[in-house]
Amino acid sequence: MKHLLSAADLDAATATLVLDTAAEMASLAGREVKKLPTLRGRTVVNLFYEDSTRTRISFEAAAKRLSADVINFSAKGSSVSKGESLKDTALTLQAMGADAVVIRHPASGAPHRLATWVEGSVLNAGDGTHEHPTQALLDAYTMRSRLGRLAGLKVAVVGDVLHSRVARSNVALLATLGAKVTLVGPPTLIPVDLRTEVCYDLDSVLSDTDVVMMLRVQRERMNDSYFPSEREYARRYGLDGPRMRKLPEHAIVMHPGPMNRGMEIAPEVADSARSTIVEQVANGVSVRMAVLYLLLGGKS
Amino acid sequence: MALPEAAQSQPKTILTSTDLQRVVDRIAHQILEKTQGAADTALMGIPTRGGPLARRLADRIRTFEGVDVPVGVLDITLYRDDLRRQATRAIGPTEVPPGGVDGRRVILVDDVLFSGRTVRAALDALSDIGRPRSVQLAVLVDRGHRELPIRADYVGKNIPTALAESVRVALVETDGVDEVKLFGGTQ
Repeated sequence: MKHLLSAADLDAATATLVLDTAAEMASLAGREVKKLPTLRGRTVVNLFYEDSTRTRISFEAAAKRLSADVINFSAKGSSVSKGESLKDTALTLQAMGADAVVIRHPASGAPHRLATWVEGSVLNAGDGTHEHPTQALLDAYTMRSRLGRLAGLKVAVVGDVLHSRVARSNVALLATLGAKVTLVGPPTLIPVDLRTEVCYDLDSVLSDTDVVMMLRVQRERMNDSYFPSEREYARRYGLDGPRMRKLPEHAIVMHPGPMNRGMEIAPEVADSARSTIVEQVANGVSVRMAVLYLLLGGKS
Repeated sequence: MALPEAAQSQPKTILTSTDLQRVVDRIAHQILEKTQGAADTALMGIPTRGGPLARRLADRIRTFEGVDVPVGVLDITLYRDDLRRQATRAIGPTEVPPGGVDGRRVILVDDVLFSGRTVRAALDALSDIGRPRSVQLAVLVDRGHRELPIRADYVGKNIPTALAESVRVALVETDGVDEVKLFGGTQ
């Protein structure tokens, strides 16, 4: 594995290796000294063309725990705002000796282009509405550690699937690992190209699902009216207390964050014992450590 | 230490199953003697075969003197100095012995002592878990060719080898059979 560009590129064996490695990384988090010498002398660049808090910090924490040097680069206040192209920025980073570039970009496919320009590894940290593979890996890790398995799990992905790279990556990865995904949302927000089951009625899927993954309504990507009003959306597709109580006893509620409390998820649900939202953040660091180790730990 | 089979000459058996058991018994006795009853002592096996060896030693010590020695496993993959020279290795589990390592005498257990680099990595890994009072090293086979100033406190068998040769330890727990063989070398 040289790059991590898309969750769809991962076969079951590789994905399982990432999850198993992440489990070992997580077990090291409780130690007296959390830092490992593994990537000493390697440089990881966080190249962020879009606002992000948790993903950037998570990658930064992961790289630092493995002793890599981290350079943060955000488009705001940099030469990008002076009009520098992605390619020129990439070549600059290359010249500075980046062993890995973690890129988030509003254009789908930007990481793929970048991978053809730089010698180091490229990690996709979210590109447009395309993919966010480490999020899918940490979601799969969270499901596996809470429910003990992935094969045969019934996962409902609810909300704004159309604009969600998280959903796309999850659909690909969960299919590879043998889970059954159902997309739930208003017809205007369900893309037609994802080959998986679709349901437009949230209430009908709740009683027979192991995992409910709520997606954020991405207002910043909406340049059209996809639903009549926020109140109507929340009433039909928001996960509130009464809906949560329809779930089977063991079912968990996930959200990639950041949440719109009261919109797609009620505070009562987000703060309940079923919610794995905070766990997902912690698992994100372990999973990203695993990915960085597997990409950079061996012979380059 | 599992090395690829160098099929130049017939492998030579160095320890049979019975020999191996006697050697483990002897190391267990030596540990008891040198540590005066193995109080405040923990055994930590280095994967893959150090783990089962550490458990066997603890088992023998319990049989001989009724002392329960806590056993752990110390994976050193993330501390290796040759990570960049080889394909990415899978990480094994690390299990801290019950009660931790702080203030205790920790005996690292491995199957073969060769360059000493594994032990160097193990010392680094151990110091990130805690601060043992002292660290000792027990190995089933010492084959020489040290590249670092490291020596074992307990040695099952010294085997003079050529660099081209490889020593392979097999254990029932990991390989289905107990034996030590010498592969390759001069034709």
